[in-house]
Parts: sequence; C-alpha cells; structure tokens
Amino acid sequence: MSTKKLGWRELPIGAIITTPGNSVEYKTGAWRALKPVYHKEKCVKCLLCWIHCPEPAIIRHEDDTIEIDYDYCKGCGICANVCPVKAIEMVMER
Amino acid sequence: MTEGRGKPVGLSGDLAVAYAVKQADVDVIAAYPITPQTIIVEKLAEYVNDGELNAAFVPVESEHSALSAVVGASLAGARVFTATASQGLALMYEILWIASGLRTTVVMALANRALSPNINIHCSHDDAYAARDAGWIQFFAENVQEAYDLTLLAFRVSEDKKVLFPSIINLDGFILSHSLERLLVLDDKEVKEFLPPKEPVNPIDPDNPKTYGPLDLYDYYIEHKRQQAEHFKASYPRILELMREFSEFAGREYKPIKTYGLEDAEVAIMILGSSAGTARYVARKLRAKGEKVGVISLTLYRPFPVNELLEAVKGLKALAVMDRSYSFGSPGAQLFMDVTAALINAKEKPLMFNVIYGLGGRDLMPDHIVQVFEMAKQVAKEGEVKEAQVWVGVRE
Amino acid sequence: MEKELKLIKSIKEIPIREDFAPGHRLCTGCGIPQLVRMVLKAIPGPKVVVNATGCLEVATTIFPYTSWKVPWVHNAFENAAATASGIEAAFRILEKKRGIKRPKIIVFGGDGGTFDIGLQALSGALERGHDLIYICYDNEAYMNTGIQRSSATPKGAATTTSPAGRVIPGKLERKKDLIGIAVAHGVKYAATMNPAYPIDMYNKIVKAASIEGPTVLHYFTPCPTGWRADPSKSIEIARLAVLTRIWPLYEYEDGKYKINVLVKKPRPVEEYFKLQGRFRHLLDPKNKWLLEEIKRDIEENWRRLLRLAGIEE
Repeated sequence: MSTKKLGWRELPIGAIITTPGNSVEYKTGAWRALKPVYHKEKCVKCLLCWIHCPEPAIIRHEDDTIEIDYDYCKGCGICANVCPVKAIEMVMER
Repeated sequence: MTEGRGKPVGLSGDLAVAYAVKQADVDVIAAYPITPQTIIVEKLAEYVNDGELNAAFVPVESEHSALSAVVGASLAGARVFTATASQGLALMYEILWIASGLRTTVVMALANRALSPNINIHCSHDDAYAARDAGWIQFFAENVQEAYDLTLLAFRVSEDKKVLFPSIINLDGFILSHSLERLLVLDDKEVKEFLPPKEPVNPIDPDNPKTYGPLDLYDYYIEHKRQQAEHFKASYPRILELMREFSEFAGREYKPIKTYGLEDAEVAIMILGSSAGTARYVARKLRAKGEKVGVISLTLYRPFPVNELLEAVKGLKALAVMDRSYSFGSPGAQLFMDVTAALINAKEKPLMFNVIYGLGGRDLMPDHIVQVFEMAKQVAKEGEVKEAQVWVGVRE
Repeated sequence: MEKELKLIKSIKEIPIREDFAPGHRLCTGCGIPQLVRMVLKAIPGPKVVVNATGCLEVATTIFPYTSWKVPWVHNAFENAAATASGIEAAFRILEKKRGIKRPKIIVFGGDGGTFDIGLQALSGALERGHDLIYICYDNEAYMNTGIQRSSATPKGAATTTSPAGRVIPGKLERKKDLIGIAVAHGVKYAATMNPAYPIDMYNKIVKAASIEGPTVLHYFTPCPTGWRADPSKSIEIARLAVLTRIWPLYEYEDGKYKINVLVKKPRPVEEYFKLQGRFRHLLDPKNKWLLEEIKRDIEENWRRLLRLAGIEE
C-alpha cells in the first residue's frame, strides 16, 4: 500500500488519477473471514468461478484451471457456491 | 478606446458573440435556450446547419445537461461553448464547480438576467455573481464590441496551458444582448492565427487511460483545492499577458480595469457592465464643469484585479461601489464585498459605500449617476459614511 | 487481444484480459464487478466509460487509487448520460475535423442515477440518438448512501426510506419499467441482463455494442448488503429472480420482443423472498395481502411480456 501522500504541488492537475488500475496496491484480502480452497483435481474447468468473482480474485490459467488470488479475495463464497462439482471449499481464515 | 482593426458591421450582443464563436471554429456547442441568450443559440444552430460552422450542436434538454455535456466534450479535447442566463445558470450551479475543478476549458456567454422570483427576463448581475466563487474566469463586456472581442479572448485564455480554467463572458441582458451596435469584426484568417486549434492537456485517450473525477476523502481534498486555488491565482499574470497580446492583435486596448478621470478625481463610482458607459458619460459632463469625479469599471472580474484596484483608488476620498444585484444579510452586495476585502489592508483607501441599482432591468439614468456622485461628494466632505448601503431608482 | 465483437456459445470463449483491477472497495459478494468485467471483455478496441455517482463510482476510484484501466469519467450524479453525450459529440466532430479515432462510449449508472435523478439526462441522450451504450446496474435502491428506496425498488421491499413498519409494510409503489421507457424513445436495442446467465449477458453486450446509436441494458445486480442476503448466494438469488418471473430476462431488438428464458413453471416467489432480509416481512401472515398483490403484479407483467413477444399462453 502506498504510504507517501503527495502535497498539492506534486498532485496531477485537475485531481485526475494517471495510473490506471493501481487499485492493486490496496490488498482487500484482509477483509476475509472465510477463505476459498481450490481442489484442482476435482475441477472441470467450467470457468464459472472465474466469471462470477467480483474482484476479480480468480486467475484463469492457459489450461482453464484457476488460481485464487488471496491478495484480493474478500471471501464472499460465490465461487464455492457456483462450482458445479464443489471443487472450491470455504474454510475459516486463520 | 481606439477603434482598432476590423470590418465595421452592426450586430446585437448575442449575434456578435455567435459570430465570434463561429470564427473561433468551436468543436462542440451544447446549450439550452433562455431569454435573453436565445439568439446566440439560434444563430449557432443556423451556422452549423448551413455548413458555415463545422461543429457538433447538441440540443440538450436542460442547462444542467448543457454544462455537463460541454464538460465531457472538453475532457475529450474539444473546443467547447455554451451560453445561458439567470435560472439557467442557477440550474448549472452544481456543475460550475466541477467544470473548474476538472480544469476544463469551457467558454460560456452569460446574458446577465435577474434571478426569480419574480420571474424577470431583464438585466441584473445576479447570475454573474452567483458563479463568482466557483473558479471561473469572468469578463464583463461594456458594449457589443467588447462582447465580441472578449469571446475570442476567452477561448485563448481558457485553453492556455498556463491557465486551463473555464471562463464566462458577461453581457447585460437585453441592453447588450439585443441592442444593435456598431462594431469592428476581425478577419477569419486573422482570428485563426490568434486562435489556433485547441491543444488539449490530459485529454481522454484510450491509449493513455486516466480517471477523471475520482472520490477524495479527507486526506486529499484540501490538497486538490489548494492546487486549484494556487493555479487560479497564478493564471492572473498570464491572463494579463494574453489581454496585451489581444490588444496588439486587434488594435484595441484591453486591461483588467478601466479608469476614467482618476488622475485627479476625489470621488469615484465603481460599476460593471454597460452602465459604466452611462457613468462615464455623466462624469465627462461633470468634469467639464470642473468637478473632480471619476469612474472605475472592471473588464476582468475574476480573478479580481486587487493590485490594479489598489493603484487606481490612490488619492480618492470616497468611492461609491454600485451593484446590480443584492446579497441578503451580507455586509454589502457582492461587488462591495469584493472591493472592501481587496482594499481592507491598504494604507491609503477611500471611504466606501454601496449603491444598489438597476435590478430586473430598471434603467440607470444619468440623473441617478449624478445623484450617486453627489452622495459620494457628501461622504468625502463629511469624512464619514452615514449610510453604508443605499438604493437608487426605486419607488419608495 | 480480441479485435472484433463476437457472439459466444461458452464461457471459455470470453477473453481473459481484465481491464478492471481488484483492490476496489465494493462489498463482499457485490454483483456490479461481474457486469463491468463482462462489458470490458465483450467490447474490443478503444473505450471510454462514463460513470454516474453511486456504488461503482465511489468504490472504484478512491483517490489515489483507481480500478479502471480504460479512460473513466465521473461528473455528477444525474448527468452521466449528458456527460457521455458531450463526449460522444466531441469525438464525432474531432474524428471529422482531425481524424481522431472514435472510442466506444459506455455509460454506467445505478438505478438511482438512471431511474430517478438521472432520468432526464437519459431521456435527452436517447432522444438525440447519441452512439452510446447505457447500462443500468440495478441493485433496486440507493445503495451507496445507505439503502434508500428508488423507483426501481420492487413493491414490498424494505429500505430505509420505505421500512417494513407496523403500519406500512415496505414500499407500496411498483417498479418503473426501464425497458419500456427506452423503447418509447425509439432505441433499436434494449435488454435485461442477469449475472446467473453469463453467456446471454455477454451476447447482449455484444449486440448492443454492434449497434450505431443509443442502446439500453438493464442489469440485475445482487446486493448482499442492501438486500440482507448471504453474499455467497448472490448468483442463486439472481437465478431465482428469473425463475420466479419477478425479473424476466428479455430483449427488444428492432421492434420485436424476445423472452430469453421462457419460464414455463415458475418457482414460487417465496423461495426468492426468503433468501433476502428486505422481503422476509412479506412472508408474515399479516402481510399476506401485499404478497398476493405482488404475485398478481408478477403474473400480469409476465402476460404483458408474452403478448409483446407474440407468445400464446
């Protein structure tokens, strides 16, 4: 997370943000109470979890398997819920 | 003022503004009709539909949408124009602040008209003053020539990389907007030289994506405002430079402040808009009789020309600040508050009082001006202001 | 990167590239990001997004962070359509005058910024025929300011300004018909979209983007926070909305209506209501009259759509 806050002289003019997608510096993974665990062996590569994830915190690989991005996953559980073969399991975040 | 360059024509204020906008080769016009600005919008629609002006004319469904649309268009990199008056400006109010904060280059003609109630289509400066805090550059035209010239200047000023703030050209409703006056219009080619196409700063560009108008929490808002404030202040010398450039280009002098008779005046009137002409006419007659009177008017109202005013009032014993508007519950009407704040710390400043006049199109007659000069002379003689605020031209 | 608009048959065909970055502050289980991700994937080439004030705008652009990797403009609450009109007009004329390439213009507004305060601007933009895609993400209340009712709030729902009180049990007014309003303005394409039907959703975005002129998409947006629902059940709730016929999935294209999911045997609306705190009071016997009214409304609306689609009952 960016800790240095700019003074008025250094800020971009017109209050705009010039760094697209830099929200990635803010790790919303800290919000989680529950966390999804991916059981790759069960996965049928339907990609429903990928398309429904709100962050997105599910990375789609070349072979259509997925990977959870725990930096941003808020633990909503939609992925576990939409998975047709229960390849994702929600467990308590320790 | 010297006549300067151009071809003599007869146009009303509204038509002159429209002509200037056409010569400026504007890209996007979004405006909603409201008396007394309607002729500007109608003429521009005519120019576009006749193929004389290559612009997108967006017939928006309200003034709020008019300003919103030109803000968007300005961010996209276009040269933009809108016009309104009175209630229309009031409806745009929310967006005025956004237009300035996002550093758009919107140019707006304001055909000054009174705010309701009661509904009145004639001249007051309510609408001009309503915008004064929002971060727009504001010019006041005294006659149709100035309305034309200042419109051209406004595009140049707003789009200048050392400025980048929207601007308003004020022209008195009906008195200037609808009155036919003789003026000199510049040649199309010359205007194109003075006003090359807009070179946008940070325009919307899919190859260079930016986020415009994000949310600020308490950790950034004040820094953003400070930056806007400092930049607005810093734009002042650049505006003066551009006024000088225009003066050379057109052969007519434009300065932020106009003074008449102040070399030796003991009392003076300060007044904005077309009435300045009336005041000067009366002052000339009185001076011919040996009276030491003067007139101050502003061509540039925002940023307020503090130093020029401090200089102008040196030696004055009394100054009547005339406002064509009213601010309920305030220590004085709007221009009075501006002037007194500007002069508060001056070692040398005149006694000042406020005169309310002309609301809703009530004519300011030469007799009224004589009356005000008399009041000022009385104040100078007595060495005190007994009545801080008076009204002229009102049936008691 | 995809260069063309393409209809799809399976989720696998949806492009991988993300133009919407995580790290935004939308609620856990929010239905909005799925819409945004889909829209940015379905529409190739240069794009500009115009966003009205609301959940999406606020949560994705808290200075100095932005989740947007495309140009994104926020002006005010009620003027997204007007701002977009100005941007569209600008790019049109700049293309003519200076050869600048015209991007696709996408407008996102919540139900607040569309149905209520933004309706005038939307109406103006549709009437003038600007080339843009207007997408309303409808979470059925002014969620960003704390769950106050909008004219998109369904009948019976409890919100903070239409609470399920002892005397008045929730919102008594019906939901405005956005598709009907769009059609009345003469748009060539308007459709409802639902996250539980992602392929239908993707293809509708593609269709809207292929049309020159204004199009309107109305997206069902699950809101766990405002609806008092389990975030993990967002998609299940979305599917039930369609299967109970309370939120039909249909489209209007060139004068013809088509119901995309023709629900032959509707699920009882109670199944949909019991998953959401905003509706639970409707299952109370003392509110039975309102529940019956809602069921009649659902049936009436369904028959109306069947008629429009030219389907015999």
